[in-house]
Amino acid sequence: MKMWAHLAVFMVVISPVQADSLRGTGDMGIVVERATGSLLVVENTTRTELARIEGLGDLSHASLVYSRDARFAFIFGRDGGLTKVDLLTAKIVGRTMQSGNSIGGAISQDGTLVAVSNYEPGGVKIFNSQTLELVADIPTGSKTVGLVDVPGNRFVFSLYDTGEIWVADMSNPKAPKITKFEDIGLLPYDALVTGDGRYYIAGLFGEDGMALLDMWNLDKGVRRILDNYGRGEEKLPVYKMPHLEGWAIADGKAFVPAVGRHEVLVVDTSTWQEVGRIKAHGQPVFVMAQPDGRQVWVNFAYPLNDTIQVIDTQNLKIIKTMTPGKGVLHMEFTPRGEDVWMSVRDKDVIKVFDTATFEQKSELPAKKPSGIFFTWRAGRIGL
Amino acid sequence: MKAWVLSSWTRWPALKRAAILLPPLAFAGSLSAASMAGDISAARQGELLYVLEQDCGSCHGLTLKGGLGPALLPDLLKDRNAEELAETILDGVPGTPMPPWRPLMKPHEAVWLAKILKKGDMVK
Ligand code: HEC
Repeated sequence: MKMWAHLAVFMVVISPVQADSLRGTGDMGIVVERATGSLLVVENTTRTELARIEGLGDLSHASLVYSRDARFAFIFGRDGGLTKVDLLTAKIVGRTMQSGNSIGGAISQDGTLVAVSNYEPGGVKIFNSQTLELVADIPTGSKTVGLVDVPGNRFVFSLYDTGEIWVADMSNPKAPKITKFEDIGLLPYDALVTGDGRYYIAGLFGEDGMALLDMWNLDKGVRRILDNYGRGEEKLPVYKMPHLEGWAIADGKAFVPAVGRHEVLVVDTSTWQEVGRIKAHGQPVFVMAQPDGRQVWVNFAYPLNDTIQVIDTQNLKIIKTMTPGKGVLHMEFTPRGEDVWMSVRDKDVIKVFDTATFEQKSELPAKKPSGIFFTWRAGRIGL
Repeated sequence: MKAWVLSSWTRWPALKRAAILLPPLAFAGSLSAASMAGDISAARQGELLYVLEQDCGSCHGLTLKGGLGPALLPDLLKDRNAEELAETILDGVPGTPMPPWRPLMKPHEAVWLAKILKKGDMVK
């Protein structure tokens, strides 16, 4: 009897989400377990895990995008694997080894195409989101980073080795139209697009500054912003590259990680001029605004990656410093931002905090968790 | 283009297996004669291996097959001696994302890591 009780509990924890008991996916999400090549399917209302999906290969640095019905996720693995999983059945429904080594991807405005950007051999490959059949192959001769979708069924990405931004118009998927912008700056390492899909901004590793492309005025070309924010001072070593994907715009200001200095830069989004810089605990990695924009949360590179800081977006002050544990790799807000989930890699847990009180609400076990992705991303441009 | 039947696709990431199943001393045992591992405590060796997997891994890939930084596989490093690689680790490569690790590790620790890279102990 007792034995059965244990078994029942066990099954509730690990059995896949029941597809036949109807449910929506709007409060679900996925946590990447990077070392074991597995994913946790989680539910943010109950703060529980629903299922684990295994067999996804090398997930270091893995990211994902959702299908527009928010039922399927497309996972971009480091080993070049593109895997499609079904959140409701917690099963892999498609997988293709599309390159030697990939870095991220995007889904098109109309939801029919999934694009993957590759380090090795470089370039972007575009797949049918239903079947994962290859639709288009765009070699770039460079590591390709910062791939996002923008309106018009277009993808935008940056070329790390050659310092370019390319726009691929996929309105005719068989014949992509490519527009290239050269000399955007040295070593673009990642990029982001504003929530309206208008501004694409690439961060530069090789020089202080960022490259901005106005998608509404492509003829104006690429403009430099935040030029010389380092003022020629010697850079501090960067033990983990910052990420720009979690775009933080709040109160008419954009918050971006400086490279090689322990600062968050603040930019006015109407003029793109620097309006402030906030001294932070370490090299910022993710700088992410809550859905309401009231606070911005920052995590840091090794060896200072046990700490999180919270910035008040009205007065640009750090109002909270907390230490959830070593290896805080990523954060994700619930759809309307009352909670924030954090993966604490070295403790093998996900911690959930109240964004208003900073109290810890819950803790979930996970194996070396990294990225956390909730399904609200399904309907957002650039995510 | 190859598609998998997914239930059969269960690879145990080799690095994790190496880092977890082999106690740090196993590495020390296999390398100590040549690499001065004797100077590095078992606890510190464990830390260094963890840094190699997780933190070098964030740029070079968890399995060291490459990422933003190049692959660090034995084949590619065979013509380079460990001291030279250790220099790169300690000083970084200016103008690229490869950071100098000197603030975080001692020179003989970098040599020890370089030898692990050359031997491919962390890669399966
Ligand atoms: C922030 C990213 C980053 C991190 C973290 C990083 N590397 Fe690198 N590493 C690079 C890049 C980029 C290069 C290539 C530099 C160049 O263009 O020459 C490189 C080059 C190297 C090389 C030279 C390879 C060759 O073939 O010449 C070695 C060895 C190396 N890294 C070891 C390490 C070790 C060991 C660690 C961890 C202690 C580490 N790296 C952490 C980015 C990184």
